[in-house]
Amino acid sequence: MGLILDQVNKYVEGEMHLADISLNLASGSRNVILGRTLAGKTSLLRIMAGLDRPTFGKIVMDGEDVTGISVRKRQVAMVYQQFINYPSFTVFQNIASPLQISGKPKARIKEKVMETARLLHLEEMLDRMPAELSGGQQQRVAIARALMKDSQLLLLDEPLVNLDYKLREELLEELTAIFKKRDCVVVYTTTEPSEALKLGGNIVVMDQGRVRQTGPTAQVYRNPATVNTAQLLSDPPINLFEAKLKDGHLTLGDDLAIAVTDPIASLSSGRYHIGIRPNHLYLHQQNPGDVKIHATVEISEINGSETFIHFQYSGYKTVLHEVGIDARKIGSDIAVHMNPANFFVFSEKGDLLISPGTANTFS
Amino acid sequence: MKKWQDNKGWLFILPVFIIVAFSAIIPLMTVVNYSIQDIFGPGQRIFVGTEWYKEVLTDQRLHDALWRQLLFSGLVLLIEMPLGIAIALTMPTKKGLGSSVCLVLIALPLLIPWNVIGTIWIIFTRPDIGLMGALINDMGWSFDHTASGLHAWITLMLMEVWHWTPLVILLAYAGLRSIPEAYYQAARIDGASAWAIFRYIQLPKMRGVLTIALLLRFMDSFLIYAEPFVLTGGGPGNATTFLSIYLVKIAVGQFDLGPAGAFSLIYFLIVLLFCYLFYQVLLNVGKGESS
Repeated sequence: MGLILDQVNKYVEGEMHLADISLNLASGSRNVILGRTLAGKTSLLRIMAGLDRPTFGKIVMDGEDVTGISVRKRQVAMVYQQFINYPSFTVFQNIASPLQISGKPKARIKEKVMETARLLHLEEMLDRMPAELSGGQQQRVAIARALMKDSQLLLLDEPLVNLDYKLREELLEELTAIFKKRDCVVVYTTTEPSEALKLGGNIVVMDQGRVRQTGPTAQVYRNPATVNTAQLLSDPPINLFEAKLKDGHLTLGDDLAIAVTDPIASLSSGRYHIGIRPNHLYLHQQNPGDVKIHATVEISEINGSETFIHFQYSGYKTVLHEVGIDARKIGSDIAVHMNPANFFVFSEKGDLLISPGTANTFS
Repeated sequence: MKKWQDNKGWLFILPVFIIVAFSAIIPLMTVVNYSIQDIFGPGQRIFVGTEWYKEVLTDQRLHDALWRQLLFSGLVLLIEMPLGIAIALTMPTKKGLGSSVCLVLIALPLLIPWNVIGTIWIIFTRPDIGLMGALINDMGWSFDHTASGLHAWITLMLMEVWHWTPLVILLAYAGLRSIPEAYYQAARIDGASAWAIFRYIQLPKMRGVLTIALLLRFMDSFLIYAEPFVLTGGGPGNATTFLSIYLVKIAVGQFDLGPAGAFSLIYFLIVLLFCYLFYQVLLNVGKGESS
């Protein structure tokens, strides 16, 4: 049971918006669609909801083909980027609205509204109007409305993008807990890798209207199939270098030759892309096998309790992410440590060959 | 600490002060001046206190004009507001040639000078050569706005609706366009009917612009002068003698500057009062809603 998309394509005025999308989303699963702006996330959600029809392809919901069925006849709930509530209804009336249309008994509706309001911490403001609430509270009302319908499909289109950082963290945590208890298909789109990782569940990585990779989020994070996916799934972006492998030595950039062991050493000689996540670059040596490079700080930024240091290495823009505050002056020289055990190795075409073992420090 | 340093600020306010003084305060005070004196000629004036006010307030013809005026403004709002909203709802929503052509066509009446509008409608409704007047008369009804008070009112209402509904349409259309597409999607997902979408999304979201439209239309129609002046001159009889027309008759026709001054101030206060009431009511209805 769940939602199945079979070879879904969407063309608008001859322009491809979605190409060959086949997905199988199980009931009770959390699915995060990750992609940049204009990757086709919203188009895909609209097709799932039934707001748009696919140009080709089939949509099956709980075993029933719903491709041509209008949104009004489907059991769908949706939350948007903007905070969409009925402006002239109180919070209570807003939350109750989906059930009022369905004509359920009043006492039952009230009970359900109270239950949902409690879940989203809205009990105190049921008599207020949406415009009297903060952005975060308005979005809570919109989410509550979506939860009121016991829909088979719950769609959230970047619901937290218009909220400030603190609220986003808070709401994301609550949403993850709420989604876990639901037995509908939850689909959540975002541009932020960190949101996808926090929500967990499954991930669908989208780029330019195509699905690049799917799977359990943690697994995809550890084994991005291509350079492209690795870039989409890493914030700050993964550091990439071109490298040459010859006689058990990996030459990174212009001149850094690293003696490598298996499994990298067993690859055939040739050119590769090496990826290393910013949190696997260190200012201080961690292990005896670490390789040291010297660099000049271009920008050093502190974000909360984390430090990001940007520098160039052999012409490659590189970012180092250090936990804790360790600001460096612009222009100062630093030693950067890294370990080949943390390398992602991609073929010249960009396909993943080797990922750091899961036994390695995963974060 | 010396205060003179701060006085430079006055220089910046001076231009606005002068403009407002000449455009509003001085003319208004002149009117106040007329309204409390009897002026016979230069240097010959007598202070009369509230005498002109008493005279004006007990003038039966002014009462008649006031009721006529209220009826006219009420009808104008009752017709133009719903009609404007209805037309705005049927206009194309997508940007493109269709909506541009619509907007230009609708704005046309607003671009025509007021005296031309009056002249157009005089000719249009003439029973002998007017397109509308002749047509109606040929169909067997006698229609002549110079002969019948009712016909004069009908002609005037038609003219007013034709001339000013476009303003309501444009404002309502702008209000509708500013509603994010997601609201309509959400309503479709909720299974809301077209009426529910209008009542619970479009109407509340248009409240801001509709308030402005209502105030503008009320003020304009309450102060209407040009249209009846050109079309009927206040006749036949006194059928279309609205407050402004009566005021001009007193001030310019009879040159009774004292009563005219008192009349003007009362007129001004009535408009102010109604605008305040409308504004407060709409503000309270929309309390807590985003505009």
